[in-house]
Amino acid sequence: MFSATESAETVLRSGWFLENAWLIPLMPVIAFVLIIGFGKKMPMKGSEFGIASLVASLVVSVGAAYQWIQRVDGAEPESFVAPVIKTWTWWESAGFSFGIGQHIDGLSLTLLVVVTLISTLVEIYSVEYLRGDIRYTHFFGALTLFSAGMLNMVLAENMIQLILGWEIMGMCSFLLIGHWWEDGANSRAALKAFFTTRTGDIGLLVGTSVLFFAANAWTQKTLGISGFTVRGLSAWALSGDPGQAAITVGAVALFIACIGKSGQFPLHTWLPDAMAGPTPVSSLLHSSTMVVAGVYLVARLFPVFFTGMNILGTNLNLIVLIGGITIVVAAALAFVQADIKKVLAYSTVSQLGYMMMGLGAGAWMPAVFHIFTHAFFKACLFLCAGSVSHSASHHSFDMKKDMGGLRKFMPITFGAWIISTLALCGVFPFSGFFSKDEIIDNVGHNGYNLFMVLGLTGAFLTAAYMTRATYLTFNGKPRGAAAGAHAHDAHDAHDAHDAHASRGPHESRLLITIPLMILATLALGAGFLNPVPLGEKWERMTRWVEPRAEVISPTGISAVASGPGQGRVFIESRTQESKSESPCGTSTPTGGICVAPKLQHAPFKWSKALMSMLIVFFGGFASWVLCVQLYGKKNPKLVGLTKRNKALGTGYMFLQNKYYLDVLYEKIIVHGIAHPIAQAAYWFNQNIIDGVVNGFGLLARKISGWVYRNVDQRVVDGTVNGSAAAAQGAGAVIRPIQSGKVNQYGALLFGAAAIGALILVIINT
Amino acid sequence: MFSAELLIAQNIGFFIIAAVMVVGALRVVTTSNVVHAALWLVVVLAGAAAQYILLAAEFVAVTQVLVYIGAVMVLFLFGTMLTRARIGAESDLNNKNWFVGLGVALALLVAMLIALRDGFGAEKLPADDPLVSTQTLSDQIFGPYLLPFWALSFVLLAAVIGAIVLARRD
Amino acid sequence: MLLNEFLFLGAILFCIGVYGVIVRKNAVLVLMSIELILNSVNINLLAFSLRNGSADGQTFALYVIAVAAAEVGIGLALVLLVYRNSRSISLDDLSEMKG
Repeated sequence: MFSATESAETVLRSGWFLENAWLIPLMPVIAFVLIIGFGKKMPMKGSEFGIASLVASLVVSVGAAYQWIQRVDGAEPESFVAPVIKTWTWWESAGFSFGIGQHIDGLSLTLLVVVTLISTLVEIYSVEYLRGDIRYTHFFGALTLFSAGMLNMVLAENMIQLILGWEIMGMCSFLLIGHWWEDGANSRAALKAFFTTRTGDIGLLVGTSVLFFAANAWTQKTLGISGFTVRGLSAWALSGDPGQAAITVGAVALFIACIGKSGQFPLHTWLPDAMAGPTPVSSLLHSSTMVVAGVYLVARLFPVFFTGMNILGTNLNLIVLIGGITIVVAAALAFVQADIKKVLAYSTVSQLGYMMMGLGAGAWMPAVFHIFTHAFFKACLFLCAGSVSHSASHHSFDMKKDMGGLRKFMPITFGAWIISTLALCGVFPFSGFFSKDEIIDNVGHNGYNLFMVLGLTGAFLTAAYMTRATYLTFNGKPRGAAAGAHAHDAHDAHDAHDAHASRGPHESRLLITIPLMILATLALGAGFLNPVPLGEKWERMTRWVEPRAEVISPTGISAVASGPGQGRVFIESRTQESKSESPCGTSTPTGGICVAPKLQHAPFKWSKALMSMLIVFFGGFASWVLCVQLYGKKNPKLVGLTKRNKALGTGYMFLQNKYYLDVLYEKIIVHGIAHPIAQAAYWFNQNIIDGVVNGFGLLARKISGWVYRNVDQRVVDGTVNGSAAAAQGAGAVIRPIQSGKVNQYGALLFGAAAIGALILVIINT
Repeated sequence: MFSAELLIAQNIGFFIIAAVMVVGALRVVTTSNVVHAALWLVVVLAGAAAQYILLAAEFVAVTQVLVYIGAVMVLFLFGTMLTRARIGAESDLNNKNWFVGLGVALALLVAMLIALRDGFGAEKLPADDPLVSTQTLSDQIFGPYLLPFWALSFVLLAAVIGAIVLARRD
Repeated sequence: MLLNEFLFLGAILFCIGVYGVIVRKNAVLVLMSIELILNSVNINLLAFSLRNGSADGQTFALYVIAVAAAEVGIGLALVLLVYRNSRSISLDDLSEMKG
């Protein structure tokens, strides 16, 4: 076993990019200010600032990633590689100080590279896609700030900084989804996205506070850092110090925030509606940034969830349950959508379910790798959809009405789409296979057998609905706008391309196809960064990204960081450790800390992979046959089947109405709870509070009269009429008591305070 | 640091000032002339400033004199003049339900006095502690309490803008 | 000197202020009563600051003074606006909120 005395310093390599990674979110922020300030006067209307800053961020990210790889490769094998952490005091108030800085390790670098790369490509694509838009400059401003928010969240050193980035993203998503706010549906979608994620955000604030107050004492004593820091929380969660109640409450609260942000069941309803924004926004939001934020939070604070949810100790926990349900529920919804972007939106929800399930089941590395690969192929799919609507279907996204047969007209888009689809379905050499299959495999390996089945079901459904979307979009004969019809004018408000839309379907311009080709290449090849089937030598991502579960000494911190202000750099020293099982788990031996729990990897078996491949092929094949019969040959046995068969019809209605979740939220929860509370409060205000002042006698008499009449009326008229009459009657009777006089309200306020104080005095003596 | 005589002198000073303040405060809430009420308020505020000095808070006392007696009172007098045609006694300044106010105030007073007596009994204020210097105070404001200070700056800015918006004629 | 001497003084001033808020009809006089309440709070803050030997109480007393100044400015602007609209600042006349 290890002992703290025999600690040996290891010198880790570092470099300029790693030390200055905090520049990555800073540059887009500066670009945002420039765009808002001077964008309209620039030759490219501000987009050059955004693109330049993101390219710069991309360069720094890639440089930092390269140096991180050198750092890992230069370290002793299997030893813990300390993250490059820097903090500066952001603000302090009454003894609490809040830091801002960077926490750079494999996980954050993975996301940094992905986010900067996709943001750059999306902005380039947007130059063409939104050419001539009325709020072109504002769009680029919001898009750049959005990327900055995500980047800031990703390299956040502590929870406060993370919340900052999280909320910036929330605000910018509101702006971007409601970009064409002249259409009422768009602004409603923006509000819905905002409110739904806000609902979850309460959990973020609660969870952060709970964890801070639970952890701060320990982290201050052991590490000398605040209980907000990612590092402090991770170490604390694995130290055996936290009480099970505190950490479970904190983890559940944080996970609620992740449900909201990452569109997990049952708060996924905002995500498909968010398709109201311009397609580049959908692409950015739903591939690598906003929706991944929740998954990233779970991955970032994985030790907290590990201990709080007792991840390896059970075969059912909240994260894996929500993730598993989300996979199947969202994939089923993707079948009934006619809008190509909504298919992709539900597909995103479903894939996020895979990531959550993987994290919940302790398959940390496959889940993170799935974030990585998914970002490429999903961004590519969205951009393909945008390309189709931009150049072929006259700004329509309706697959059934306005697409079809586009394979011949748009070869590049079609090629990129096919590659990404195969990647999404998890077909062998494409990137999705190496991540998704690993998740399913590891979930089963860690004992969550039921969820492995759910994952395989999801794979089957994914292959089926993607085949359907591909068939409807690219096969068959052109329909509607794709065939040249100009029947619809719903999108004319923001249509600046009438001139070339009338030319019929054609391939998009280079500014659109180049990002598509880059992303498609990555969707094809990114999997080979961590191909488990090829053996451990090939598993580069695992080596670079996964934190080693090694006990490290908590001493030896604090040196002054270079750069502006007073910063601190943490220098970890290794403690000697035997080669046997790592002791990192929910209780680390005293004297050392762990920042990552010990996880296992499932050994790869071709038989399992073959089974899931067969499932995928079967799903795709069945769906293809069905599509050919239903949409191509209009087989009379199938067309209108949902109307004839009652069971199928009910299922279809259920899916069409998205499981009635929206109805539940708006009609039942909002109207059912908020309105009665408001009414009760109003009633209380009207009847009780004002009554007290003007004498109990009067009040008692009138209330008794009111009760008599309204109870009577209720009995007679039934509940519905009665409650309406009650409100009306009460209002009429007691309206004179509502005086509107400020003095009376003052008297009430202080009178209540006096009574309360007297009661307290009496109780305490 | 303080001799016994000085402490006694301090006590006497306290009681004289306190008596003046209580009388002044009562006049503020009972007088029938708004301008007189404002002038009685000056007495109370000046007394409060004196008490602050007894409490070893010179800087707060000076601020009290500058801000309250200097600026706030001028505002009050301006407000009185701008909103009233005549300056003099007025019969219609009080509500009819003054007894409610009396009852509430007395109930609150009783509750607080009991609580204070039980809570702090005969606890003495430290007489020989090092005083909190103005420098310490500024270190506090611009150190740990900087954020509230900023928030306060925004409040004042908002108040200035709001007052202009509300009071301008258009 | 006893701590309670100051606290009692603060309590008495506070209650006089409360009485003024409830009883006075003239809006300017109500604002003055609020000033009384705020000053009584300041006396308490400073008394405890001296008792605990910390500068926190004094800091807050200063903040209270600043907030009070803002409050008076806004309050009087409101009174002025009300006067301009209804030629009266009697709070009894301001009962448009009557239900």
